[in-house]
Amino acid sequence: MLRVRNLDVAYGPVAALRRVSLHVNQGEIATLIGANGAGKTTLLRCLAGLTPARGGEVLFRGDPVLGFRPERMVALGCSLVPEGRQVFAALPVRENLLIGGSVRVRRGLRREVDLDLERIYRLFPRLQERERQLAGTLSGGEQQMLAIGRALMARPALVMLDEPSMGLAPLVVKDILATVVRIAAGGTTVLLVEQNARSALRVARRGYVLENGRVVLEGTSDELLANREVQRAYLGSEVIP
Amino acid sequence: MSWQPEREEMDRTEIEQLQLERLEATLNRVQRSVPFYRKRFEEAGFDADGFRSLSDLRRLPFTTKQDLRDNHPYGLFAVPLRDVVRVHASSGTTGLATAVGYTRNDLNSWSDLVARVLVAGGVGKDDVVQVAFDYGLFTGAFGFHQGAERLGASVIPVSSASAMRQVGIMKDYRTTALVCTPSHAMTLADAALDAGIAPGSLSLRFGLFGAEPWSESMRAELQAKLKIAATDNYGLSEVGGPGLAGECMDRRGLHVAEDHFLVEVVDPETLQPVPDGTAGELVVTTLTREALPVVRFRTRDLASLTRVPCACGRTLARIGRVKGRTDDLLIVKGARVFPSEIEAVLLEVDGTDPHYEIVLDRRDGRDEALVRVEASAPGDEALRGVVARRLASALGVPVAVELVPPRSLARSEGKARRVVDRRRG
Repeated sequence: MLRVRNLDVAYGPVAALRRVSLHVNQGEIATLIGANGAGKTTLLRCLAGLTPARGGEVLFRGDPVLGFRPERMVALGCSLVPEGRQVFAALPVRENLLIGGSVRVRRGLRREVDLDLERIYRLFPRLQERERQLAGTLSGGEQQMLAIGRALMARPALVMLDEPSMGLAPLVVKDILATVVRIAAGGTTVLLVEQNARSALRVARRGYVLENGRVVLEGTSDELLANREVQRAYLGSEVIP
Repeated sequence: MSWQPEREEMDRTEIEQLQLERLEATLNRVQRSVPFYRKRFEEAGFDADGFRSLSDLRRLPFTTKQDLRDNHPYGLFAVPLRDVVRVHASSGTTGLATAVGYTRNDLNSWSDLVARVLVAGGVGKDDVVQVAFDYGLFTGAFGFHQGAERLGASVIPVSSASAMRQVGIMKDYRTTALVCTPSHAMTLADAALDAGIAPGSLSLRFGLFGAEPWSESMRAELQAKLKIAATDNYGLSEVGGPGLAGECMDRRGLHVAEDHFLVEVVDPETLQPVPDGTAGELVVTTLTREALPVVRFRTRDLASLTRVPCACGRTLARIGRVKGRTDDLLIVKGARVFPSEIEAVLLEVDGTDPHYEIVLDRRDGRDEALVRVEASAPGDEALRGVVARRLASALGVPVAVELVPPRSLARSEGKARRVVDRRRG
């Protein structure tokens, strides 16, 4: 689905990502864990076409896409759920979702967009209840659902989630992650970035550990959970199985 | 049949992607956590950040056995000792043994790697696996023990025992798979015959032999004597032990666990990479080891590499059978001689056993090589002449031959020691 080789991103003279290589297989949930400032958000933004890369190669469904504009990435099937949700606060829920589906409207798939809306409402019944409410008045968890729903409206093959649990109550986090699992079960591939490493590794099959812009570990979630270094740095405790 | 088909039968492009990811992660970790590598990379003017593709690997410095010795015991570990759950040591065939550490994840992947080797060699969960390697610091016994357990087979950890006891257990416990060195297997086969146990009366079906080089003719003899399918496997303690590579039932090369190891073949003198199919020294970089990652370790073992797809379905590259060690390579009267070549000749001559030793001496500044061979009729001059002629033509240099009575040379219980070099000192 996604194959990244030696991706380099810099903000001016400061390197943010250094030859990052990773892949996400069709239908799986892969996660990227790391401390604040490790480069997780930069990586997702670069893959979404929002931040330019200095070098490297990105293959999306087999085709090179590095340097493509964000709307082209969305049209190709790669959607980002940005950090901090970034919903359109002054617009109703329904309008927010329709904006997500606009790529498809432009392609003359208006009727399907209506079906997609139903699909999203089935996934998040809460959004249907609040259909006409302004997005800015939603709770944090609802806004996160809306941000995910908006991304799914483009019918992406790959959805990239940036810190979906940020600032949410533990029960809501559980809910959101359960939704992520459902999305993957429905055939959409997921790249999940999380600061909450433990939760992320519970839902993902594989993961990468990013440190100072570099990948220092790759492995199955079980392997990463069993790694003492990961335990000390990201899980807050050493687990003796 | 493979143990981890999702890995062993991966698409080549996927393997290469995974190797690149894991190699970069390994380089990042050693550069961060192992002062030796940080210094080495600096000296070589290599910055891990400048790494672009798998072929950039050749710009990296080698790691040698001496480096491991200089940093013995824990200097090259990339994790604190408290993260290490097991320590083994290299077998010390050639000099000081060095420590090898394993984290819990290392042990876990090791078990799967050896399970792959066992499955490739025909072993399944219903088999009874007799491990006749010595349990101890040496990685062979524990590696196969864990691999067989991971597979769900029944493991009999006999460890070292007299040949008669090994054979007795083999018979009583209805062992179906034997794990040891090929030379030890030969000793066991002879002991069984001596004890009047017909090979057909044993339940043995598979032999997984490794830890020393052996020839096709030795395989044929072991298969005939023990009525088994014998496969070769390869590994070395410095990179974790057995599980690096193993033969499938096609027996045309040993599949390398490329998702865990990056194997290169270089010319042992120029140290430049050689093309696929050409024999040279194997150089191994670990891709998943946490405790003791090793970058471009010179194994001193000689073999070739092929990426031609195998009929068994595994996509993993294969190494040819290891021909010997660069240290075993004997320069006799200027010619390059491998002990394994001598063994191959002996197996082809009726009346001799593949039990032999090579005595090297220097008289008046000239090398003299004597091959002592066990023969059923030690006084047979004609036989001696045949052996001498065959050896001379195979090795390219004349060697003296002495026939000795059967069982008069020391028997191997581990790795065979075949060379007595008196040329130094």
